[in-house]
Order: sequence, then structure tokens, then C-alpha cells
Amino acid sequence: MKRVYKLEGLDCADCAAKLERKLAAIEGITSANINFMTLKCTLEAEADKMNEIIDKAMEIISVEEPDVEVRRA
Amino acid sequence: MNDKQKKTLSRIIMGAVFYIIAIIISKISFPYSNWVSFVVFIVAYIIAGKDVLLKAFSNIKRGKVFDENFLMTIATLGAVIIGEYPEAVGVMLFYMVGEFLQSLAVNKSRKSISDMMDIRPDYANLIKEDKSVETVDPYDVEIGDKIQIKAGEIIPLDGIVVCGRAMLDTSALTGESVPRSVNIGDHVYSGSINKDGLLSIEVTKEFSESTASKILDLVENAAAKKSKTENFISKFAGVYTPIVVFAALALAIIPPFIFPDTGFITWIYRALTFLVVSCPCAFVIAIPLSFFSGVGASSKIGVLIKGGNYLELLSNVKTFVFDKTGTLTAGVFEVVNIRPNRISEAKLIEVAALAEEYSSHPIAVSIKKAYKELQEDSNDSNLSERLSDLTEIAGQGISIKVDKETVLIGNDKLMTSNNIDFEKCDDFGTIVYVAKNNVFLGTIVINDRIKESARESLASLKNIGIQKNIMLTGDTKEVADIVAREVGLDYVYSELLPQDKVDKLEEILAEKNTIAYVGDGINDAPVLARADIGIAMGGIGSDAAIEAADVVIMDDNLDNIVRGIKVAKRTMNIAKQNIVFAIGVKAIFLLLAAIGFGTMWEAVFADVGVTVLCVINAMRNLRTENI
Repeated sequence: MKRVYKLEGLDCADCAAKLERKLAAIEGITSANINFMTLKCTLEAEADKMNEIIDKAMEIISVEEPDVEVRRA
Repeated sequence: MNDKQKKTLSRIIMGAVFYIIAIIISKISFPYSNWVSFVVFIVAYIIAGKDVLLKAFSNIKRGKVFDENFLMTIATLGAVIIGEYPEAVGVMLFYMVGEFLQSLAVNKSRKSISDMMDIRPDYANLIKEDKSVETVDPYDVEIGDKIQIKAGEIIPLDGIVVCGRAMLDTSALTGESVPRSVNIGDHVYSGSINKDGLLSIEVTKEFSESTASKILDLVENAAAKKSKTENFISKFAGVYTPIVVFAALALAIIPPFIFPDTGFITWIYRALTFLVVSCPCAFVIAIPLSFFSGVGASSKIGVLIKGGNYLELLSNVKTFVFDKTGTLTAGVFEVVNIRPNRISEAKLIEVAALAEEYSSHPIAVSIKKAYKELQEDSNDSNLSERLSDLTEIAGQGISIKVDKETVLIGNDKLMTSNNIDFEKCDDFGTIVYVAKNNVFLGTIVINDRIKESARESLASLKNIGIQKNIMLTGDTKEVADIVAREVGLDYVYSELLPQDKVDKLEEILAEKNTIAYVGDGINDAPVLARADIGIAMGGIGSDAAIEAADVVIMDDNLDNIVRGIKVAKRTMNIAKQNIVFAIGVKAIFLLLAAIGFGTMWEAVFADVGVTVLCVINAMRNLRTENI
């Protein structure tokens, strides 16, 4: 199952790369990908774990990049 | 410029004004001038560096150290402590200017890319049952719904024209600028623009499955498939930062013990310079951006590349392997010559067309089409009464009774095996022999047209460094050799069954060159998948081709392969330039800083300045003129 979010205000490429690594390290996640040019963050996980993983991902994003606004894409 | 950027810009200007005032004050002497200039410097410092300072402190509270903000704070506060106020303010300002330019450049490239990909409309005009028209979200339109497209509007969903005619601009999909005319019954694809006329179409695909959405998905997801170069850079960035940080630490601690008279301050300053240079931003933005722009630019000319890795492979291709039908030839069979034997052309075609009535083979279709074109009044009503006793003779042709007379239609073997005295024809193409009551009536020559641009395109491939052009075909040796001569191929392998094509490709792959296979993606999926890079022609409207290939040429134009390679080569050049430039500049500044020639100014340039220059360089790759 895939979810795509837009990370509004992400303007440092190195931070994006770091964030991507942190997201990919969430337990149970299949893949995490951040496209710095389109600002799209794609999270992939098993359907039954998806909600739990999204909660964790949002927490990580708010800690790592407090200025970033997350929207559904 | 967005609000955030405007705020930053005004901050920079204010800071710069105070900075200049402070410098002037420090040059003239009046009572307490030192103190006044100190105060003005501090004001300038706070105005320019407020964001950086605040971010640094909030990051430290959350346990994030060694980010850019932290480094700039340490570096400039360090300068304040050792009394270098002008340097502290200047470096902070310089850093802000760099960040500002970087954000402008990144936003500009984001905008160019999103403009380039803006082929998906955000509304559809739904025709309701009472014939009224309502503007709706294209996601809400279902298969079978009818929608209306006015002149100037983008077609939102794929469909079939049910009413009206128009000229369509399909350049956003195919790169082809000549408009295409569509009429009732024609397929139209989302992303094309209706230039004139009013069209009603019946929707055949949901919005998310329509052509424009598919192309966008493909281009956006291309970034996930990273090239070797990108992977190398992200690995490099991963080791680069810790190494530089440790080197900085060593630089601060070790030399003061070896050279006791140089003092700690000097070495700490050099170590800080090191840390500022350590940000890998230039690589992590500019290299993926080079690839992303390459994918964007090629999609604009109608070449879809499914990932940065394929862009890299495409730039390295040395051998091209082509399928024949539909790739080098138009894939449409036509009657090109009629050679009757003692009867009229029209009569020969009529007999042949009647005999082929029940066949749907491309050859039969082309004969029937030629018959329809010759025929003035069509009264096919009693056809089935005129035809009887159909027998198919495998590998030879057909025997059928037309008006109670036996007609034989097929190849030379059919004639020989029935002892018919016939004239062998050596024309290029597929030769169909016709006989009635064992009397030879003549031959019909059917041919697949070679694409007009094929010869030039293959020659252009050679000019941009392709060593071999090879053709694989299931067709006969005679036909294959003629095509090879006409378009200028280096090697030809003919009379191959589909599974033979894979074997042949394996043989070619053994040469260890990078091999591209070009086909129509419909019945050669295994070969497309086996090649280093599979290129499908005529992708528009063909999901199978888009699915199977790594690179999709949206229209039938072979020249777009050449253009795709040019974009790929340019991408690799730009990526390499950026890598060499960024690593080179950083290495030089690290060295200068270590031996004491590097200032904080240079360090900031090596950080943000290099990033800005690399981003600007990468944006060159978005251009599609001269490709």
C-alpha cells in the first residue's frame, strides 16, 4: 500500500536526504522515498501496518523538519 | 519570489545597510567610535543572522548538531569572540545571500519542471443525460461518460470522438508539433490540446489511467530509480561529512600541541572553516536535479525515460538492435503493385479480394482494402452466396470457389504444387499469386513501407557514437536484406521466430557492449525486457508498450531515439561537470583552510556558492531547443 504526501517548505536537499533515511528506518516500512524536486514523499507499507507507520512518519517529520507542512498529495 | 524569500531579501538588505554604516563608523575616529561601531555591527549581525541563530539553538535543544545553522553560528560567534566583528557580520550576510540564491534557483527549477509537466487539466466538461454541460473534477468522470472539449481546452481523459472534428496539438505528449486531425471514431488522448472545433468524446479510461496521468506518474517516479552516478554521490555524501567533521576536530586539537607557538585560536578558526565546507548540499541537490531535468526534458520531446538509471544506460549504448515491422517500417501493409496476366488489374484484385473475404491476415486485409478503393459502387450483399468450399493450405495459401470456379491464392509453392504455369516475380515484398481454374491470373505485390526518416535517423545514430545497427526480423531473408540496404544497417538476422529473437539478442549481449533493443512493445516484450535497455516505439495509446519498455518513444518517429540519446549524453556531462566541480572546489578550499589560507568567506562560497552554480548548471539540462 502506498501513500503520497507533499512536504511543503522542504528547502534543503541534504535535510531531505537525511529525512528519507530516517523514514526508511521505520520498523515495518517497505520503502520511503522523498523527491526533492517535486516535494513528494512516498511511503509504502503493508496495509494493516499503514496507519501505525504513517503516525510514526509524521512524528519523525515534525521533529526533523518543524517548518515543513505535510499535505495529502 | 514567495513571502519567505521576500522576508529573507529584506533582512539581507537591512543587514547590509547596517554593516556598511558600521564599517564607515569604524574607519572614522570620534569619542567612543569603537563602541558605537561595535553596537552597529552587533545590530547588523542580529538582523542578518536571526533565523540562523534561532534555528541553531532550537536544533541543539532537539539534539541536532552539526547542521549548517549550527556551523554558521559557531563560526560567526567565534569571530565575534576573537574581536573580528566585520568578518562575523560579513560572513553571515554572505551565507544568507548564498542561501537566498540557492532557494531562488531551486524554486526556479521546480517551477520549470512543474510547468513542463503541466499537461494534466484540472477539470472536465461532463455532458449530462439532459444534454446540459457541467464542469466537474476529472477524477469524478467515469468510463462511458461523455465529455465536451471546447477549442483551446486540454483533453482531460482518454476517449473516442463521438461528435465533432478538430485539429489536436499533441506536442505535449509526442513532441510532434504538426497538429493531428481527428474525426468521429478516432481515439484521442488526454494531454492533447483541442486547437479548434468542438469535440464530444466518450471516455474510455479513468483519469488516473489516462495518458497524461500515466506520463506524469512515470516522470515523477523516474527519480526513484537512481542511476549509478546518483547512488555513488549519495554514498559519497554519507562518508564525506563525517570524514570532514573528524578532520576538523583533528585540526583543532592536534596541531596546537605540535606547534605550541601558533595558539589554539588559529586552529579552531581553521577547523570551523572546515566544518562550513563540509555540507554536502551541492552534491545532494545538483546531481539528482541533473537527472530529473534530463527526464523532464526528454518527456517534453516525447521520449519517456522511466528512471535515472536508464538515462545513464542510454548515454552508454554502443549497439542498437531494431525490430523490423513497425519500427524501421511503418507496419502497415499496402498493395504496391498489381501484375495481371491477360486480364484487367481491377478484375485480378476483385478475384483476389473475394477469395480472401474470410481471412483477417494483414495481407488479406491489404488486398481487400485495395479492392474497396478501386470499386466505385459496392454491392457486397450477396458475397457469401458467391463463395464456397474454402480450404486453407498451411504454408501455401487458400483454395476457394468463387462463383463455382476454383480460385487459388497464395505463394509460389501453392502454384507449383498445383502444376500451374506461372511467372515468378522477384519484386520486393510479399508476392501473392492468383490462379482460377488452374490458369494463372497474375501477381499482387504487397509491401510494408520503410519509414521515410529511417535512413537519416540510423545515420544520425552513427554520428553520435553508436557503433552497430542490427535488425532482427521474422521476415524472409530477401525482404530483410532489402530493408537493410535501404536504411543502412550493419547486420541483419532474418527468419527468426519470436523465441529465436531472444536467443539472438543473448548472442549480441555476449559482446559486453551496452545494447538497446527497439521494438513496438506489442509482441516482443521478452526481447525488450532482456536487452540492457528496451525502447518501445509508438507508445501513445499503447499500455503494453509503456508497461514493457524502459524508454518509450511516444510517436513513431525514429529521430526521437537520437534526441533521447542526446539528452542522455548531455545529462551525464552535466552530472559529471557538477561532481568534478563540487568535489574539486571543496577539496581545494579544505586544503587552503588546513594550511591557513582559507577564510570563512571562501568557506561559505565553497558551501552555498558551489551549490548555486551547480543548480544553475543542472538547469541547462531542462532546455529542449537544439536537441
